[in-house]
Amino acid sequence: MPFDVDAIRHQFPILRREFDDTALHYLDNAASAQTPQVVVDAVANHETTSRANVLRGVHHLAEAATQAYEDARRTVARYINADRVDEVVFTSGTTAGINLVAHSFGARLEAGDEIVISGLEHHSNIVPWQLLRERRGIELKILPPTADGCIDLARLDEMVGARCRLIAVTHASNVTGALTDVSRIVDAAQRVSAKVLLDGAQHIPHGTIDIQAMGVDFYAFSGHKAFGPNGIGALWARWSILEGMPPFLGGGEMIKRVTFERTTFADPPHRFEAGTPPIAQAVGMAAALDWIDDLDGEGVQTHLSALTERLLGGLHTLDQGRGLIKLIGPEGLQARLPVVSFVVDGAHPHDICQILDRHGCALRGGHHCAQPLMDHFDIAGTTRASLAPYNNDEDIDAMLNGLEDAMKRLL
Amino acid sequence: MSDDLYQQQILQHARDETNRGRMDDADATATVDNPMCGDRVTVDVKISNGTVAAIVHHTRGCVLCSASAAVLASQAKGQTVGELEAVAAWLNRLLKDDGDAEPAPHWQDLAIFGPVAKHRSRHACVLLPFDAATQALTEGRPQA
Repeated sequence: MPFDVDAIRHQFPILRREFDDTALHYLDNAASAQTPQVVVDAVANHETTSRANVLRGVHHLAEAATQAYEDARRTVARYINADRVDEVVFTSGTTAGINLVAHSFGARLEAGDEIVISGLEHHSNIVPWQLLRERRGIELKILPPTADGCIDLARLDEMVGARCRLIAVTHASNVTGALTDVSRIVDAAQRVSAKVLLDGAQHIPHGTIDIQAMGVDFYAFSGHKAFGPNGIGALWARWSILEGMPPFLGGGEMIKRVTFERTTFADPPHRFEAGTPPIAQAVGMAAALDWIDDLDGEGVQTHLSALTERLLGGLHTLDQGRGLIKLIGPEGLQARLPVVSFVVDGAHPHDICQILDRHGCALRGGHHCAQPLMDHFDIAGTTRASLAPYNNDEDIDAMLNGLEDAMKRLL
Repeated sequence: MSDDLYQQQILQHARDETNRGRMDDADATATVDNPMCGDRVTVDVKISNGTVAAIVHHTRGCVLCSASAAVLASQAKGQTVGELEAVAAWLNRLLKDDGDAEPAPHWQDLAIFGPVAKHRSRHACVLLPFDAATQALTEGRPQA
């Protein structure tokens, strides 16, 4: 179906909310995207027709729940073009996925082994490796950001040495919107037989990916950033790596046989899904991924590029050549997501966002869980507008009007 | 459109440079961060006979945080550690009680933060300078 923003908006009941008679302009999609009625319905339908625990019971509902849960895994595998469905491990989100890799894959690393991350990373792709450093004595090396908020890939050869075991970087920055050139990361890793993990939290709502073509080894993402429920995400790992990884969490569902003397573990993915998983949430995430996949991808991209251009142009106009508004990220439309961060000289992001809120505009101000990146630019935080297919020209214009008001009041 | 958070009094305090900066010969110093937004306040104090003899703040924060730090630094001189702790506790109640609490003596200016009560995510902005001051004074308090 050709892209029609009004038809898309109609599917998101929350967009009809008003606050003090002011229409909602939701521009905080990089934090959490809103969810369409079809996802709400999928979750409600599961809970009212198929709710039971999975992989245990023999009764009808247990069978239906297990079927729905494993169907959801197939949907995820299809969305990312995984070679095998059992390469998809359900997690509670990106953070849990990266921690799983740090604990499980990381358990085989030795003192002096190196992991390369970047200065653009979300805390969830920094702290798990720092904790691993404390446990295993590994070294962390940091690819610095460029002046326009991308990963400085020119430093790859210098950073990726013979002891490198993993390069773990974001697929797209949650702050600057910059897309990572994955092929260069993979090439650098393969030269030293290192693995590659991508934090896909920001990229996943922007359409299907081909995990096999990308040549990476781990991919972690969350459902709530892709119009799905909270508390669900997935980690994809290449089977040849996943099958040799030790369990992280122990409990029910992840075992073959338990005795007091010895326990043997289930094969992946269930080896890594201890305890009752978020079943309805998995069903909801699958519905959300199907919803994205059904969109006119080219139409969405054209629409979001136009909105990003309108936003960037509006910021430029608002600045009036005063040099007050500074972008933290790429200036153009190439190699970026519709995520735009900026600082206003003399106005704090929280104050800007508070005043924008009075205009109905929901934006995020702060460090975006990327404090090292803020330190790199010597700022406390940024104001960030992040767009989704349901955003329209009115959202951008309301934000620019609100920002003009904020600047008048604060400067 | 009215927005109580950005009334003139708060903006004026936020722009007040009087007690901003660092102190080379401080008796005690504390730096606290707001993990939610990355704001940071450093408070340096000189203590004499159990009271604040001098105080400065170095604030990297929003209007609310900067204004709170300015009020703190302008009123803290001559106060005992215990009095400042009581003011910090009162400010906490002001925010939690939706502005119904009576201002503490000598600290009437803090009443301007009453409207912040309904903005839960901003409470920490107002409290951060007081957290820094309390921490510095606790460290600088003579051992019993």
